[in-house]
Amino acid sequence: MSDAPTPGTTIVSVRDVHRDYPLGGDRVHALQGVTLEVESGDYVAIVGPSGCGKSTLLNLIGVIDKPTSGTVAVAGKRVDAMSDGEATRFRLHNIGFVFQRFYLMPILSAVENVALPMAEAKVPREERVRRASELLTYVGLGSRLRHRPSELSGGEQQRVAIARALANRPALLLADEPTGELDARTSGEIIALFRRLNADGTTLVVVSHDEDLAAAARRQIHMRDGRVVEQGGSS
Amino acid sequence: MRAELAKASLIRHRARTALAIVGVAVASAMLLDMVMLATGMRESFRELLLSRGFELRLAPKGTLPFDTDATIAGVDAITATLRANPDIRDISPVLGAAIHVPTGDGDVSGSAIGIDPSVQGDYELVSGRDLTRPDAIVVNEYLLRRLGAHIGDTLNVALGYDPQTRAYSGQRRLVLSGVARFIYGANDQGGAALRRETLETMGASSVTSGRVLRDRASLFMVKVRDGADPEQVRNWIEARVPTVTAISIATAIAEVDERLSYFRQLAFILGAVSLFVGFLLVTTLVTVSVNERAGEIAVMRAIGVSRWHVVQQILFEGVAISLAGAVLGLGLGLVTARYLNTILSAFPGLPMAIDFFLFQPRAAWSALGLLIASGIGAGAYPAWRAASLPIAESLRREAIA
Repeated sequence: MSDAPTPGTTIVSVRDVHRDYPLGGDRVHALQGVTLEVESGDYVAIVGPSGCGKSTLLNLIGVIDKPTSGTVAVAGKRVDAMSDGEATRFRLHNIGFVFQRFYLMPILSAVENVALPMAEAKVPREERVRRASELLTYVGLGSRLRHRPSELSGGEQQRVAIARALANRPALLLADEPTGELDARTSGEIIALFRRLNADGTTLVVVSHDEDLAAAARRQIHMRDGRVVEQGGSS
Repeated sequence: MRAELAKASLIRHRARTALAIVGVAVASAMLLDMVMLATGMRESFRELLLSRGFELRLAPKGTLPFDTDATIAGVDAITATLRANPDIRDISPVLGAAIHVPTGDGDVSGSAIGIDPSVQGDYELVSGRDLTRPDAIVVNEYLLRRLGAHIGDTLNVALGYDPQTRAYSGQRRLVLSGVARFIYGANDQGGAALRRETLETMGASSVTSGRVLRDRASLFMVKVRDGADPEQVRNWIEARVPTVTAISIATAIAEVDERLSYFRQLAFILGAVSLFVGFLLVTTLVTVSVNERAGEIAVMRAIGVSRWHVVQQILFEGVAISLAGAVLGLGLGLVTARYLNTILSAFPGLPMAIDFFLFQPRAAWSALGLLIASGIGAGAYPAWRAASLPIAESLRREAIA
């Protein structure tokens, strides 16, 4: 599903990263010296209480935010000092995002939503439609290609979002609370899908409160108060 | 894809988009009408003056044509002087006078012009025959209706009427030979034309008109030779004929421009206000739409859609609303302009051919161009907002919301 680098190579490298936010007259230290690595083919769950900095860390890895200090490298490239244009191009070709709220374009069909990042990457229309259909079939929505988000259940919408995240064969798939708006049964389907994706070679980093989702990961990184307090080994 | 997304975004809130388009259409119609009003009367007047090819008018010194009852003496001498200039092609002396046509229960009055039918530039024959005989008269539809007459009828036409003695003077029996449309005449005034020599003869026998008409003209209309400069001919005439004021189309237009300057200012202000209202409407709508879609836009940016493409999509939305509103407004503007023109053209004493709202493709294109530019401008602020949204922060806010 993705053009994965050789398994075992470092795909994410975070070194002594700090991220501060101004809040009123004070500064919030969202991340305080975080260091971690993720290898290609890994499936990592970042867990911890609310406000511990999980999503901030995911945003830095996903190149939609910049650290106050420290370095972040993804797929062998330093991403912490990229310009906006460079970061946008990097995200387009290297990173897939899945969010808690699916954020599909409501007026576009499932296949059009999945094709959107490919259009941005200037993939020819026929190729876009073909690959979008393949991806939707892969996530179990082969019969719902022309359906709009409003005609799909929450679990189906999240599967469309996962297919969209895989559209440009990213090296890394990031998911922020992907089961946060789903019931237990549908969450189970998404967890199974993530496992299958990982088994097929996709590197996954997931932020979640969902214990089942975290338990499905090969490795868990525990955070508290902006710090990594425990990094489990690969299972 | 950007255009498709912009379209999708507009379709998502159909009613809101439709209302915005109607709002822009009303503003566009107003803008178009104001552009038409700003230039319409001037252009219409210019077309009117040029309609029969006479580039110069000679009025009694210090007056405008038919502004007063003053006349120019020495028609034959002036004509001979003018003929000496090879750049002058045709000369049409016009003598104006009031006429009375007694009827069974009173009389019908109107304005008459004495002309030479071979060179006249004052009317177009609608039906019947022209002034082929000295005792012929042509009248406009208005006078025909007032008289209840028909072509071929004989009319008793007088130049003077004394209300004390109830006596007509300068009377002559004339045969109604045709019906004409008088180019410079108002639609609520009776108009007639007869040969100038006939009018002169009637004036000679009139004791109450109080005017000597022989060898006099109220106005000369002059055509210049093709390729000749009317301004040079105008200067030449003013130097050689001291009793006239020569008016070219350019000087007449300048005079009209001066008199109508407040019209143009008013049109400019109202047009600018319309454009600004349309601009604000589109800006507001697109800004609201961007604020509603902050999360979506942040996600688009997160999945790799460039800032410029987000800007393009938002600009497309602004331009699409403006363009749809402008096209609708063009039709609406033309309909309202026609209606308003009908009302304003009925203003007493105005020539029938004068239009207040004259449709000119250039004006329409100008209005359309302004609206599209305003649509781009209107989309610029929300587009900038959309492109400047901090991705992570917007997603965090959305998650909290």
